[in-house]
Amino acid sequence: MKVLVPVKRVVDYNIKPRVAADGRGVETQGVKMSMNPFDEIALEEAIRLREKGHASSVVVVSIGPQAAQDTLRTAMAMGADQAILVRTDAALEPLAVANLLKVIVERENPGLVSMGKQAIDDDMNATGQILAAKLGWPQATFASQVKIHDGKAEVSREVDGGIEVVNVSLPAVITADLRLNEPRYASLPNIMKARKKPLETLDAESLGVDLTPRLKVVNVSEPPERQAGVIVETVDELVHKLKTEAKVL
Amino acid sequence: MTALVLIETEQGTVRQASRSAISAASRFGDVDVILFGDNAENAAKLANVRKVLHVTNLPHLLAEPAAALLATLAENYTHIVSAVSANSKNILPRLAGLLDVQPLTDVIEIKNDDTFVRPIYAGNALATVQSSDRIKVLTVRGSSFDPVAAEGGNAPVETLGAPGGYDKSHFVKVEFSHSDRPELEVARVIISGGKGVKDAGNFQKLLEPIADKLNAAIGASRAAVDAGFAPNEMQVGQTGKVVAPELYIAVGLSGALQHLAGIKDSRVIVAINIDPDAPIFKVADYGIVGDLFDILPALEKAL
Repeated sequence: MKVLVPVKRVVDYNIKPRVAADGRGVETQGVKMSMNPFDEIALEEAIRLREKGHASSVVVVSIGPQAAQDTLRTAMAMGADQAILVRTDAALEPLAVANLLKVIVERENPGLVSMGKQAIDDDMNATGQILAAKLGWPQATFASQVKIHDGKAEVSREVDGGIEVVNVSLPAVITADLRLNEPRYASLPNIMKARKKPLETLDAESLGVDLTPRLKVVNVSEPPERQAGVIVETVDELVHKLKTEAKVL
Repeated sequence: MTALVLIETEQGTVRQASRSAISAASRFGDVDVILFGDNAENAAKLANVRKVLHVTNLPHLLAEPAAALLATLAENYTHIVSAVSANSKNILPRLAGLLDVQPLTDVIEIKNDDTFVRPIYAGNALATVQSSDRIKVLTVRGSSFDPVAAEGGNAPVETLGAPGGYDKSHFVKVEFSHSDRPELEVARVIISGGKGVKDAGNFQKLLEPIADKLNAAIGASRAAVDAGFAPNEMQVGQTGKVVAPELYIAVGLSGALQHLAGIKDSRVIVAINIDPDAPIFKVADYGIVGDLFDILPALEKAL
């Protein structure tokens, strides 16, 4: 079976984002971009499934600007076999992304879509679920463990208050939580090899999908800033202040 | 305008976050609620509810049949709402996919029927967005809306059956970590430990006695969870739980961006850390620079 892994290029998770002066979004010009951390985990899981013999190949797909091909090369350096860039400069919502991914799924015919549970820029946590709905496939979200057997995936899911285990028939969409695995680093020889792996580019507009946003961004603003308070010297002083000044005890 | 709110119960009672979702949805007009699984009597007593739809044949809330059922009901409503929870995050975007609408997740403010505020970039920016979809599917952050009263209402209960034939996913089991403490999302006081707490035994020995005295929930940073000091469901932050207690006590945790995303709406933040340069001190109302192994026992005594 082939595993399809959608990956997103986002502002690096260590960067403190700055709201753009025009209030239309967050500054991304000249800011370090990286693969969304949840997608790295989803990709690592796909590569492990191939290494265990459950998958025959791993195809990564990214939807975005030309620069997203760097993210795809990184993915191939980690171990993906081939890549597809669905090129667009438009800012897409999860609904449009899921509709584009559906086209790619129908083309590539994977037995599993392994993807991150959320992107750390829009924090939507929706694309995998929407894609599963559009395909009529079962879903296993927030996965912390995946076991494949007999055409099924047994997935441990992180739920409120504990861990839930579900069994889904393949093909399915699985979204990765942080605890699923620890992604590997790409070694230099593998980075060199990745340059020769196939990367196909498609034009998003040519895939017959309506990309019109349903959400209009009215504005993006800084959240109210929290100010640093005071440093106290002793525990007694702390407790006194919490009782009399903050009145929380 | 009529809203349908997916509510959840915990040990039979309706979760506080679900009551907050009802109050959020009340701004759109009448509110019906839908409850999967256990007792509907408590749902019928909720304030501001017109009707309770009770689904009895889906005890384990699998997304596939739940979203399919909601999709059959959706055309009667302008808004489908739920509090942010593992279940709603699983089900509502799938519903949105079935309805071909773009969901709005983690809404913290409702401007009007179609305009909403939601945090992006781990809470480092707030986006105000206007939806053109015919049905708005949204999850709302419980801590951002005052809950409706748990008692006083008298809504009729209608029993519904979920559609059959969904055999592609099966519930196997669930393992809850049992705790007598308040839930993180609704606790008035939270004490959280980071990597500085050093091991799981110290979580028990140092944090629990203080939590007992304050009737506090215990949280953890991602580093502490990854190191195995605390279970996953205790994680507070962008990828864990977002909390807004009256008092948040951060112990031995540095305050990474992803952690601050989950706590910055707390009313009072206290930081206890040995490193005076830890970023947590930049947001803490009260800080003590020192060794948590000395400070926590002293704090317990002083309370």
